[in-house]
Amino acid sequence: MTDKKVALVTGASRGIGRAIAEALVEAGFFVIGTATSDNGAQAIGQALGDNGAGRVLNVADSDSVTETIKAINEEFGAPLVLVNNAGITRDNIMLRMKEDEWADVINTNLNSLYRVSKACLKGMTKARWGRIINISSVVGTMGNAGQANYAAAKGGVEGFTRALARELGSRNITVNAVAPGFIQTDMTDALPDAQRETLLKEIPLGRLGQPQEIASAVSWLASDGGGYVTGTTLHVNGGMFTG
Amino acid sequence: MSSIEERVQKIIVEQLGVKPEDVKSEASFVEDLGADSLDTVELVMALEEEFETEIPDEEAEKISTVQAAVDYIKAHS
Repeated sequence: MTDKKVALVTGASRGIGRAIAEALVEAGFFVIGTATSDNGAQAIGQALGDNGAGRVLNVADSDSVTETIKAINEEFGAPLVLVNNAGITRDNIMLRMKEDEWADVINTNLNSLYRVSKACLKGMTKARWGRIINISSVVGTMGNAGQANYAAAKGGVEGFTRALARELGSRNITVNAVAPGFIQTDMTDALPDAQRETLLKEIPLGRLGQPQEIASAVSWLASDGGGYVTGTTLHVNGGMFTG
Repeated sequence: MSSIEERVQKIIVEQLGVKPEDVKSEASFVEDLGADSLDTVELVMALEEEFETEIPDEEAEKISTVQAAVDYIKAHS
């Protein structure tokens, strides 16, 4: 058990999730970061030191979610901040997209929110305080060729966010989404140079974002100062989408 | 040690903010005691804690009156 509020960040071994875990430690939370592999979870544990822990969690698997959240509750206390960050891509044009490419993305990126949020809600309801922050994507609003599965999942994430915000407002639990644009991570490092050039022309700020710039948005939503914001999607994208 | 009825009544009074005299055995949480659907879930959570039991969702949905709560606890403790 810890005296600090417990924050749970899924998919925290790399990229945006890792930056979020670090920012929440900075903000004074005890942070549990999850990864799908033992090595990933250990690395998170080492990086967070006394301010957190790493755990193995597969958000695509109901049993894994139930067991892991239960263990976290018993060992550290109920997570009152949940950052649903874990996600995958399986890009393909629709005419070539296999059913498992569709289903895997929906399961990991959207169905996971049902599982993990539900598992954390009892604790937040009891505490009369909670923050659920779902990491969406600008693609959920704009769409992107070759990402029908990913865009569908992220659009779903934003609808889920609005519905849950209405459901839980009376218990002082806020539910928001943060929608990153193109952020410099392993996911975007894989883009071909030509595509990167084209992309940068579409971004008024003329650069990719940094993971820390997403993490600071998440950290603000988790803070007391962000307490009157709920049901919204905060776009952090260098101006590439201006709604 | 208070009876099961008394302990259930106390929890309902605390959770729903109602008067003890309104917690009659036939009272329905939603219709008579002004609970919304979230309140009823929280009530079940409080019962689980008080009686150190786990009430499965499908059973919890059937607990809609004071008597139903008392009956469930008696049958499972």
